[in-house]
Amino acid sequence: MSPAVRRLVPYFLQCRRQFVLGLACAAVTTPVALSAPWVLRYAIDDLTTHGVTRAKLFYYAVLLLGIAFVGGIFRFLMRRILVGASRELEYLIRNDFFAHLQRLPLSYFQAHRTGDLMSRATADLNAVRMMVGPAVMYSASTALTLVVALTLMMSIDARLTLIALVPLPFASLSVKYFGSAIHRRFEKIQAQLSDVSAVVQESLAGVRVVRAYRQEAEEIERFRASNQAYFDGNRGLIAVQGFFFPSMTFFLGLGAMLVLWLGSAAVIRHRITLGQFVAFNSYLVMLSWPMIAFGWVTNLLQRGMASWKRLLEVLDTAPGIADAAGDGHRLAPEDLRGSIEFRDLTFSFQGRPVLEQVSARIAAGETVAFVGVTGSGKSTLMSLLPRLYDPPPGTVFIDGVDVRAIPLAVLRGAIGFVPQEPFLFSDTLADNVAFGADAAGPRPDRDAALRQAAAVARLDKDVAEFPHGYDTMVGERGLTLSGGQKQRTALARAIMIDPKILILDDALSAVDTYTEEEILSRLRGVMRQRTSLIVAHRISTVRDADRIFVLSGGRIIERGTHDELVALNGQYADLYRKQLLEDELAAS
Amino acid sequence: MRRLVGYLRPYWLQVVVALGAILGSAAGQLAQPYLTKIAIDRYIRAGNLAGLRWIAVCYAVILVASFALDYLETYTLQMTGQRIVFDLRMAIFRHLQRLDLRFYDRNPVGRLMTRVTTDVDVLNDLFTSGIVAIFGDVFTLAGIMVVMLMMNWRLALVTFSVLPLIVIVTQWFRRNVRGSYRQVRGLIARINAFLQENLTGMATVQLFCREAVNFRRFDAIDRDHRDANIASIFYYAVFYPAVEFVGALAASLIIWYGGGNVMHGTLTLGGLVAFLLYAQRFFRPISDISDKFNTLQSAMASSERIFTLLDAPVHIERPAAPVARPSGAGGHLVFDHVWFAYNDEDYVLRDISFDVAPGERVGIVGATGAGKSTIINLLLRFYDVSRGRILVDGVDVRALDPHELRSLCGLVLQDVHLFSGTIGANVRLGNDAIDDEAVRRAVRAVHADAFIDRLPGGLDSPVAERGATLSVGQKQLLSFARALAFDPRILILDEATSSVDTETEIVIRDALRALMAGRTTIAIAHRLSTIQDMDKILVLHKGHLRETGSHQELLAARGIYYRLYQLQYKDGPQAATGARDAAGRASGGISV
Repeated sequence: MSPAVRRLVPYFLQCRRQFVLGLACAAVTTPVALSAPWVLRYAIDDLTTHGVTRAKLFYYAVLLLGIAFVGGIFRFLMRRILVGASRELEYLIRNDFFAHLQRLPLSYFQAHRTGDLMSRATADLNAVRMMVGPAVMYSASTALTLVVALTLMMSIDARLTLIALVPLPFASLSVKYFGSAIHRRFEKIQAQLSDVSAVVQESLAGVRVVRAYRQEAEEIERFRASNQAYFDGNRGLIAVQGFFFPSMTFFLGLGAMLVLWLGSAAVIRHRITLGQFVAFNSYLVMLSWPMIAFGWVTNLLQRGMASWKRLLEVLDTAPGIADAAGDGHRLAPEDLRGSIEFRDLTFSFQGRPVLEQVSARIAAGETVAFVGVTGSGKSTLMSLLPRLYDPPPGTVFIDGVDVRAIPLAVLRGAIGFVPQEPFLFSDTLADNVAFGADAAGPRPDRDAALRQAAAVARLDKDVAEFPHGYDTMVGERGLTLSGGQKQRTALARAIMIDPKILILDDALSAVDTYTEEEILSRLRGVMRQRTSLIVAHRISTVRDADRIFVLSGGRIIERGTHDELVALNGQYADLYRKQLLEDELAAS
Repeated sequence: MRRLVGYLRPYWLQVVVALGAILGSAAGQLAQPYLTKIAIDRYIRAGNLAGLRWIAVCYAVILVASFALDYLETYTLQMTGQRIVFDLRMAIFRHLQRLDLRFYDRNPVGRLMTRVTTDVDVLNDLFTSGIVAIFGDVFTLAGIMVVMLMMNWRLALVTFSVLPLIVIVTQWFRRNVRGSYRQVRGLIARINAFLQENLTGMATVQLFCREAVNFRRFDAIDRDHRDANIASIFYYAVFYPAVEFVGALAASLIIWYGGGNVMHGTLTLGGLVAFLLYAQRFFRPISDISDKFNTLQSAMASSERIFTLLDAPVHIERPAAPVARPSGAGGHLVFDHVWFAYNDEDYVLRDISFDVAPGERVGIVGATGAGKSTIINLLLRFYDVSRGRILVDGVDVRALDPHELRSLCGLVLQDVHLFSGTIGANVRLGNDAIDDEAVRRAVRAVHADAFIDRLPGGLDSPVAERGATLSVGQKQLLSFARALAFDPRILILDEATSSVDTETEIVIRDALRALMAGRTTIAIAHRLSTIQDMDKILVLHKGHLRETGSHQELLAARGIYYRLYQLQYKDGPQAATGARDAAGRASGGISV
């Protein structure tokens, strides 16, 4: 059993009752259906020997109906149970797939296109389902039909059966040959299809830029190229696929021809009766569908395996950031006080050093600020605390515990992170603000807490003007919020989880200065007992911080209070003077 | 349906070839039972072995011909299907490129993606295994009926008596499957939309430990999808055995009635066997046709959705006879009593009038929601005004070719959208007129070269999806470079300078000053410093234009702008004292 197949076994086991039951139904329905030609045989033989009566004919007719009825009932059950099981399996795998994606780190989503992952969760998964459901069902009935029909045929005339079977291996060989060619080409076009999706996704998400810069024609061209590649891939697939069924029907037809020729001769020579000849023919016809189905099933199996491997690529990606094994620190979020230490932290991202030898201790309850030019490493430093990226062991500590040793849920539950670019979900504003709080479970004071958080983030003013207040839908399917409104929603979201550590990663850049000042003063009230880390560009935002760190080229080059740093007359003082000058110039 | 057939029209030759192949192969199918009848009646009963050899040769010839015809049919048909898929995808994508922003406001990207990918693939099945194949089935069916009638019309009619049953079963199946299919497609679209959002926002999900809650939501949709599918299996599970039962009924009738005929000598034994064989082949096309209803059902649902999309009216289009802007005109903008609402009567802009001379630089300030961004959306004709008009160089924007209008404008948005490709390609976009040197110049001018040079491949470094590996500031710089490279007559900055640090902002302001020279500029910024040296400043408040004038004039007027200014510069040495009072006085939520 290949490793990929072995990975499917647990899913089969979960639905084993259904598979066993379904296969049992297949085991009943196939022999029943195969008994019909036998009835035919007696009917024809009776007609040739003139031993026939109306009553006998009627008896045979009723027998045929009864066989169809019983066979039909079990076929109904077989399909219902087995295909139903495949839907169950699809559901289980898709859930696992999504749950696994949820464990993958940020860097994974930066390296993989959303459209590609989506196509794995839908198109590829469907191919897998076809493999585990319909393909299993048809293989079971095919195999059974083959065994039972061959036995019956052998009992009629062994020699004729063997001759009729001569073309069958050729049918199987052509299946194998074309099947693997199909498989290779299918894998290729599947990848091309995800590329088509990705182009569409990107183009539609950036519709404003496309329009403003008149890129419609270029986007259409880009799409055409991707579409063309998909088309060409399909051409290759079709050229091979076209041989699949015709070559199979050809070899099966060859069998039928041999039976017609040699079987008739056998009847003339009285080796078999005409009724047996007719029954034999019927069996051959009944075998031809399973043989065709066999080809179809191999197709399904190959597509399914190709898709399953693509799913496994994702499922086998180790969650880069997970709870440490052993789990030595049984901390609860309440246990964290919020002191932070960076200890000689050096961090590289995609081979480039971003932070170098950063060391700093931040006491619980302190408010510290980080300033520095774009690319100086401030955001990266912030993202290491909640382990959006993993810091090297022994470099980042909260309350003296390496963040890598703190359970993720505890760590992140204690940190309110407000990013530069907030992400809102197509949901109501209330659900977006309570996004993190709801994760902790229902709480009776949700409404009050929500309003309070919104007030601190000064979102309340805006909400008053929204058509449905906090129940206004936002995001793709609702109201489009401005950059500042999004940032304040994200801030309210962070405040509402009542964090021990609040990180504002340039999180008020789109908020006007007046509101920013209001927010900061309200935050001071809320954050008295908590640690705040503020990344900002404006001196006005950071000057009241307990301490300010100045980053440059991934290193902390200055640290101290506003006054100390101004007195130091270094880069911070320079920045301060520039901003003052700016203001004076502006005021003149 | 007629419309779908319209997509076949360019490929009529291929369709005719495929049809010919199908007919030939169907004729071959038809001949095989008849050969059996001849073999039994003429040769077996007569004991003629030599004649049998002829039958075998005929049979072999038919097999070879069928093989060739089947390949021809599959290849032509599938390729035609792929061509139609290609055409259809292009048509949808082209139409999406024309639809206005209002449409995008209503339709999530995930849903639109389903249209372009999954729905079109379903339609492919309709062309390849649907329409044409059904034609072949109908031909086979008709052929069999004719041959049966010719052999023994009484027995033929008795056999046909089961046909109404088939029709009833099929109708029942079709009615029920349609509804459940539509439900399934809707749920697939929901799964897509949910995934799209959750994958894009995964960092947020993880930071707020929402994995479990969002998983439960996903589970609920996934479960609904599973249940809807399982419900639809029932109909399939009943349908196939039911069709087979009716087939068995026909065989019983042939044995009972036909057997009687054989007893009375009105039917040969070979004829009876041929009848049985034909009856087997008789039901296959019918059950195939019904099977194709499955394809047809899904295809109809998909085509419905595709055509709804293709029929979505393009509100903003190149006018039939676009008015040319006066040559040499330099970007004179007039808003003339403009009203605008995104929905119905919910006006975001109310009676806005202002005038921007060529080369004039105008700043817009106001609270979020005051309508600043809307002004830009209207100017670029992302939306059309509800009332009033907007003139560019004396021409109503609705009379201009939107491409000409937009070629005048360079837009910098706060949320920078980057495309997959290289850094350089993101500056130049698809504009080949911007050569490498121009890209480098633009990049240098906005001081983006500093970070780009640090990247391993410089301008040729790839950009990850949506620029995930670049900082906001870096993305912002890239979008400046992009705007600069396009050398627009009118520069539009939407809250663009707010997310970069002071140092970067200072260098960018240098670049912008040079860029603005001689260009009409409309800027929305949160920092007063960016816009106070503008020629004119517009103060928007709740959709109304409340104040207009230069920085000095507005200060002198001691209105909204004055209060904003006081607040903004409280950190400056002099203004510090008055700030807190001003904060108290300011009427809530004015942003600058």
